[in-house]
Amino acid sequence: MSGFNYHKASDVADAAGKSSSEDALPLAGGMTILPSIKLGLSDPSDLVDLAGIGDLKGISVDGDTVTIGAMTRHADVAGSADVQNAIPALAAMAGGIGDAQVRNRGTIGGSIANNDPAADYPAACLGLGATIVTNNREIAADDFFKGLFETALDSGEIITAVRFPVPARAAYEKFPNPASRYALVGVFVSDGPAGTRVAVTGAGANGVFRQGDMESALGGSFSADALEGISVSEGDMASDLHAASDYRAHLVGIIAKRAVAAAAG
Amino acid sequence: MATVSMTVNGNAVAADVEPDTLLVDYIREHIGLTGTHVGCDTSQCGSCCVMLDGDSIKSCTMLAVQAEGAEVTTIEGVADNGEFHPMQQAFHDNHALQCGFCTPGMVISAIDLAAKNPDIDEAGVRRGLEGNLCRCTGYHNIVKAVLAGAQAMKG
Ligand SMILES: Cc1cc2nc3c(=O)[nH]c(=O)nc-3n(C[C@H](O)[C@H](O)[C@H](O)COP(=O)(O)OP(=O)(O)OC[C@H]3O[C@@H](n4cnc5c(N)ncnc54)[C@H](O)[C@@H]3O)c2cc1C
Ligand code: FES
Ligand code: FES
Repeated sequence: MSGFNYHKASDVADAAGKSSSEDALPLAGGMTILPSIKLGLSDPSDLVDLAGIGDLKGISVDGDTVTIGAMTRHADVAGSADVQNAIPALAAMAGGIGDAQVRNRGTIGGSIANNDPAADYPAACLGLGATIVTNNREIAADDFFKGLFETALDSGEIITAVRFPVPARAAYEKFPNPASRYALVGVFVSDGPAGTRVAVTGAGANGVFRQGDMESALGGSFSADALEGISVSEGDMASDLHAASDYRAHLVGIIAKRAVAAAAG
Repeated sequence: MATVSMTVNGNAVAADVEPDTLLVDYIREHIGLTGTHVGCDTSQCGSCCVMLDGDSIKSCTMLAVQAEGAEVTTIEGVADNGEFHPMQQAFHDNHALQCGFCTPGMVISAIDLAAKNPDIDEAGVRRGLEGNLCRCTGYHNIVKAVLAGAQAMKG
């Protein structure tokens, strides 16, 4: 690989300090950053391991809010009885990320900080109206995801937890790329205290986004039929060797209907 | 250089490594256990799977320094005093391999899957092994073996 320094952070302040220099990066599960380093897509001077910070791990449910620590692994969210009870769609989403070994290492904080345009967690955060908590502020999901692999995080800013309001109903449907299992199109829908939300991942040319026309229609009647006839603009879709933009636009409509049917049923 | 210590197959081991040394290279080059394979080196194929503190993980996608203090089990550590692990025996009985390159990772993943899901069915096995690729068998005998191995592990 590329010759970096490794530090094990003792607490969040230590991690923020050590990862604030220009070429330093926090290290969570490593399931994105290590492959990126191997491919030469990333060349950090220092990796600051968050794994020793106990405060960043764990799940708690308090009334109508589920809080998940940034270093909580996908497998732990998928297997959590608390998450399964409060927001079953979120547990199921986490259980559908990658494969068992990816879920045994990858974390919610790493997934959100990375903001891969085909990742699942960004859709869950946007689709549930989550709040991303960092070492120095709270950021609404609506303001957090800023396009391809871009977020509102400053250099050296550490995600500590994500807070999800418990919806009245929600579902996530994903059309996985059969090779990578990332979303070719994934749609997270919810209805509850954060409003009626439709968040789409995998499809957008500019990353995860909310589908306003569908949200308005579902606000009137939360049913798959309400989405009939809503067209998704092909011009806003990504186009690559996996799928052309017109196919993605078509899939968004289909997958959104399935998600709504699952949530409503 | 950093000294990294862990337990591998029940033995305390330590070696001086660069921070960018992958766990799989630590296991193969420094500890000398070459049963753990590198198929893709891009986190896709699962031939590098080992157990780390009770969970199967891809050792090509973890730094040795991240495993400081951990308990690692490789394919060399699953048999008991020369007796095959029930999952190894099931792979043998069901002819679940051809070239055998993917097999160490398959067996490790299968042990993890069966331990966590004792009553797993065929669909569960196929889903549960999504992280392990085999270029030879066409998977059918692997699935049969994992179902048999899961039964045997219960008894
Ligand atoms: C084979 C394979 C299949 C996959 N399939 C899917 C899939 O289907 N769906 C999906 O969504 N994802 C998938 N992934 C990605 C996986 O979910 C990763 O685990 C995730 O994207 C990154 O999480 P991590 O904990 O591994 O982060 P890392 O790789 O450690 O870090 C990723 C980035 O986030 C930064 N970071 C990490 N934690 C924090 C923090 N707390 N605060 C600030 N910055 C932080 C790091 O500096 C780095 O830039 C797949 C990965 C692989 C290897
Ligand atoms: S060598 Fe590790 S996943 Fe292929
Ligand atoms: S037996 Fe040859 S790769 Fe699986």
